[in-house]
Order: sequence, then structure tokens, then C-alpha cells
Amino acid sequence: MTDILKISNLHVSIKGKPILKGVDLTIKKGETHALMGPNGSGKSTLGLVIMGHPGYEVTQGEIFLNETNVLELEPNERARAGIFMAFQRPIAVPGVKMADFLRHATTNVRNPDRKEGEDLIPMREFRKELKEKMNQLQMDAEFAKRYVNDGFSGGEMKRAEILQLAMLQPKFAILDETDSGLDADAVRLASQSIAEIGREKMGLLIITHHDKLLVHNPPDFTHVILGGRIVETGGKELAEELHSNGYDRIRREHPDAAADNDLYAKPKAEAEFAF
Amino acid sequence: MATELTSTDIDTSDAVGEINKYNFRTKSTAVFKARKGIDAEIVHQISDMKDEPDWMRAFRLESLAIFESKPMPKWGGAIDIDFQDIFYYLKPTDHQGKTWDDVPAEIKDTFERLGIPEAERKYLSGVKAQFESEVVYGSLKEDLAEKGVIFTDTDTAVREHPDLLREYFGKIIPPHDNKFAALNSAVWSGGSFIYVPPGVKIDFPLQAYFRINAENMGQFERTLIIVDEGAQVHYVEGCTAPMYTSESLHSAVVEVIVKKNARCRYTTIQNWANNIYNLVTKRAFAYRDAVMEWVDGNLGSKLTMKYPAVYMMEPGARGEILSIAFSSKGQHQDAGAKLVHCAPNTTGQIISKSISKNGGRSSYRGLARVEKGAKNSKCNVVCDALILDAQSRSDTYPYIEISEQDVSVGHEASVSRIGEEQLFYLMCHGLSESEASTMIVNGFIEPLVKELPMEYAVEMNRLIQLQMEGSVG
Repeated sequence: MTDILKISNLHVSIKGKPILKGVDLTIKKGETHALMGPNGSGKSTLGLVIMGHPGYEVTQGEIFLNETNVLELEPNERARAGIFMAFQRPIAVPGVKMADFLRHATTNVRNPDRKEGEDLIPMREFRKELKEKMNQLQMDAEFAKRYVNDGFSGGEMKRAEILQLAMLQPKFAILDETDSGLDADAVRLASQSIAEIGREKMGLLIITHHDKLLVHNPPDFTHVILGGRIVETGGKELAEELHSNGYDRIRREHPDAAADNDLYAKPKAEAEFAF
Repeated sequence: MATELTSTDIDTSDAVGEINKYNFRTKSTAVFKARKGIDAEIVHQISDMKDEPDWMRAFRLESLAIFESKPMPKWGGAIDIDFQDIFYYLKPTDHQGKTWDDVPAEIKDTFERLGIPEAERKYLSGVKAQFESEVVYGSLKEDLAEKGVIFTDTDTAVREHPDLLREYFGKIIPPHDNKFAALNSAVWSGGSFIYVPPGVKIDFPLQAYFRINAENMGQFERTLIIVDEGAQVHYVEGCTAPMYTSESLHSAVVEVIVKKNARCRYTTIQNWANNIYNLVTKRAFAYRDAVMEWVDGNLGSKLTMKYPAVYMMEPGARGEILSIAFSSKGQHQDAGAKLVHCAPNTTGQIISKSISKNGGRSSYRGLARVEKGAKNSKCNVVCDALILDAQSRSDTYPYIEISEQDVSVGHEASVSRIGEEQLFYLMCHGLSESEASTMIVNGFIEPLVKELPMEYAVEMNRLIQLQMEGSVG
């Protein structure tokens, strides 16, 4: 059976303010989707809602992973079901070493029925695998001993997110602006890591306004989100067009969505991260 | 070699049996047991039992008078103790006679989950009067003795090292310091006595387990540590296993003298049963270029009031205090530290971390005092509080007293709720809410845990995990 992540008519509010207004999106295993849109369009919100961020309220619609109603799951259950998101702004957890965090995370995701306090992946085995994946991303071994995202540079954070992707090997991965903050070399390495897992083995949703990741991972579908709605869907040529020409044509052709978008685009920080 | 007394070794007549709060069935044999309450007769009895020199008897009696005249502390938490309803002296054999079968299953389970070695479990649960320290540490002890290090219990030191002990005993914390220091001075029993000769550096932590005396888990222990010039020692007290005692008051006094160029670290991790008042006075004098560090972890108890202090007596002295408190339901941790700069060019640092959960209350209470003339002193205080739910509480009471112009004193305090964003981030990677909270809390106290000897650090992390699951305390 092919894994399918299906989002239907999704409406989402934050503090009573609507952000997403009926999003439909279906991602199948092996497909790469690009989600593009100007600031404030709701791209990041979609990722956070798929993961179950408690600050958002789903007022209508559904998200299903195969037969499972994702909206009924806690974020950790979603992760264990095979959904992953590389955060746009990873959160620092001082005092917690990357290696410890990853060992718990990897164990839980690979062994979703594991009860708390039961065995973690054996240390030797885990270290070996972590080391391989870190080498691949050209990360220094010391990195595993650092505290999660604490004092990381922008590039380090993004590499760490890709490292998590590589370790967790999800069914569906959302990469939220993973390419911003990465230089060309790092984008290439990140893409190699994705290739290593095998694009054919997972569904990818790349949220971006660059084309860096898309060059290495040409999307099968490109969706344009504006004012909380997906207003256009095309192939990789749509991503190329947006990258070259921006959103002027989209705005012209979808004036209502553009007006909605501008309404919420201004207090960007608030719209995306105020809770 | 330690001997283990079991119920088969002693008179098991129920007539003298007694069931305490934890249903440890303690059976007394025909040994001395002072009656409940405190007065001059009891103090005389204690002194008689120990066959003490006159000066110690006089010290105890004088302390009793001070205790009786002193008011209760006006700071800290509510203390509701009937001083006449407490046994002040139980001969160690009174604690014996429990068998492993008498230990409640939940305590055994906690030992199991903390990974405490079998031999230590029996000791900690009071089944054994003494850990078999001779076997484990015998060779280390010989090695130390050759270097002139004295490490014994304080009662033995009164007999065997009277001059050395008397020179310092009660000098750092005199009986009139506070009501509970006076109480301890009147009825003290057990505790450690350590002397490290000039230039001797002990490169492994001395642990309380190490002691051969049975009285080291007393209610009123008295510890005195003297680190002579250029010497170095790390003393570790307590452990993470829950400590169950038959009485509800624990009131210790710890005095430390760190001489010129010497260094002392004193680490405490205590996890008291939550009916215990834990009222402890700890103070160190640090002399020229000496370093004194307190690492103090407080879990459990009903009320803890403890403020380890460093008095920097001569130029160049340094005091560092790392304090951590974890309070849960029905618990109040009033913990903190004191730094007193009495000389120029002295430096001090307090790092305090507190966690409140499930309705618990943690208070930081700390003093930073710079005396007149202590020019160019630097004092830095950082206290961070983590509150895990809306029912819990955290307070900060900083006392800053500066009598000198040319000094630098810093105080930073932060209080945070456990970060919803941190929880979400960790949960998005498959960690349950409880695993994620535990990880965040362990991260929060990491600066303290990394200062602990390895086995304590491991136990500490497990203990936090148990606390977070709500299965302890």
C-alpha cells in the first residue's frame, strides 16, 4: 500500500483569527511537493498544524495518514506514525545533549510502541549510525555533545534538522525553510542525505521561497499558497517561475487571496509565532 | 567487618516493638534509649552514654540554654514541631533489628529503579547498621592514613583527636548562631570529622559511605572538616536514595575550615521523606587564596531550610555555591546560599536552580554581603527557577548588603514556565510529554549534575525521572 497524507478543507485559527482557509493537499509516498508563498501566506502554519502545535485551533477539515486521523494524535504520536518536520526555527533545549535527544527520538520513532523507560537503541549501535550520518553531513563529531540548538549558528541548526531527518527516516517529511541559512555546499549535502534515505521512500513537502533545495530535489508538484488558500498548483516549472518572477502574477490573478494575505502579512512574527 | 543484625539476633518481644511512620518495625533490645523530649537531664544522659570530656558536656548544656532562649527563625517556611515529642538520642543499635522483609515494597522498588547496589540498599533502608566500608574501602583508608589524613566519625574524633577537634569545633557555627544550630550543639551525635594535612591532595571523593561508624545517618549529625594549607579534598554526603528516618526533624551542623591555598568541595545530594523538617546550618571559612565550593542538592522533605555559606576571611579567597532544589506536592524548599566577603580581592559566585512541580514551593534565599574594607571584591548571583505547572510556586529573596564602594556585585534572576515550544519541539521528535519534560528538567539542572561524581550524576538523573513520573515522594 502506498502511504498517503491527505489534508482536506483545512481551516485553522490562532486566537480566533483565521490563518488557513480551506487547504487541500494530498502527498503520496515518493512524491516531492513544493509549497511556496509570500510571507504571511500560512506556509509555516500548515507545517506546524500537521505536527500538532498546541497554539493553533483546527476549526474545520481533516488530516489523514492512510486510515489514521492525524488530528486526534499528540505530536509525539504523529512523529511515531512517521511524520517529521524540520523546523524553520529550531528550539534550543539547554543542557540536553544532541546525542541523548536523538537517541530517545530515534528509538521512539523506530519502535513506536516502546514504553517509556524501556530500552533505548544500544549505545554502540546508535553511536555508529549517528557518526556515519554526521560524517555524511560533514558535521564535527563534537556536535553530538552540544546542547540541542543551544548557541547554534543558523547553518548549524539547519544541518542538525537534516541530521534528525536522516536518523528518523520518516514516511513524510516537511522541510520548513530548511534551505534558508544554508550555503550551496550545505544544500548539496542536505540533498544527498535526502537522496540517501531515498526520495522514492517518502513523501516530501518542501516549504521554501528559495529554489536551492528544489534544484536538487525537483518537485513533482508546486503549490502556491496565498492568504491561507492554495491558489495554484503546477509542476516544477511553476516553482521556477515564482523564483524568477516573484508573486506579482499570482497576486494579480487572485486579488481576494492577496488582500487577505496582506492583512496578516504585516505582523509576521506575531502571525507565525505568537503563543 | 560489619555485622548485620537481623530480627533473629535480638529479642523480638513485641512489648518493645514500635511501628513508625513507614511501618518499619523497629524493635528495641535492652539498650539505652533516652526518653522523648529535651532538657538538661537528656543532655546529661547523651554525654554520659558517649563518655564525653567535661568541656563537651559543658558545651552541650550551654547550647541547650541558648536553644531554649532563642526564638524560632522568622524567615523561611512554617515550622510546626513539638520539641518535646522527639527522641533526641537513639543508640545505633535501636535502628537495627529491621529485616529486609520489613522494608516497604515501594522503597525497594525505588532502590531498584535508582540502580543502587544491593549491599547499599540494606544500609540505606536501615536494615544494616553499617555499609561494609572496610571491605570496599579498606585499602583506600590505609593509604589515606599513611598521608596523615583523619577521616572518622565526630564522636570518635572527640575521643581520639581532642585537641585538634576542640580548636575548631563550634567556632565556625557557634551555638548562638540560630535556634537549630543550638539544638544540634546540645544533642549532636555522629557526623564526619576530616583533617587533611598541609599539601595533601586527595584525588577521589571522600564519601559518607566510607565511614565505619554506625551513627552517620543521625538526626543531629555534626560534621567538621579542616583542610590545612595547600591541601585539597572533595567530600560527598548523602545519596539519592530516599532517606527514611523515624523522627521528623533532621538538623545538622557542618563546619569547614579551608586554610591558605587549600581547596574544599562539599557535595550533598539529599532526598528526604516528605514528612521531614530538614533544617541545616552549613558554613565554611576560606582563608588566603583558598577555594570553598558547596554543591547542594535538595529533594524531598516537608520543609528544607538550608543556606550553605562561605565566609571569605582573607584576600584572594573564593567561594562558590551551586544549589538546586526540587519541590513537589506538600513540599517547601527554602534553599539558597550566603557569601560574605570579609577581605579584599575575594570572589564569590552563587548559582541556584530550583524546580517546582505539582503544587510544590521553591524559594531562593541568598545573602551577598561585602564588609567594609573588602575592596575589589566580586560577587555574582544567578538564580533560575523552573515552574512546571500553575499550582506550583517559586520565590526569590535576595539579601544584598554592601559596606564597601569599590566592589562588583551582580544579581540575575529568571523564572520560567516549562517552555511550551521546547515541549512541542521534543514531542515532534517522538518524545512523550513526560519524557520531554524530564529531558528539559534534566537539561535545566545539567550545570549541577555535571559537577557530581559519575555515580551520583547517574542516580540524580534517574531520580529526576522518577520525580517527574510522580512515583516518588
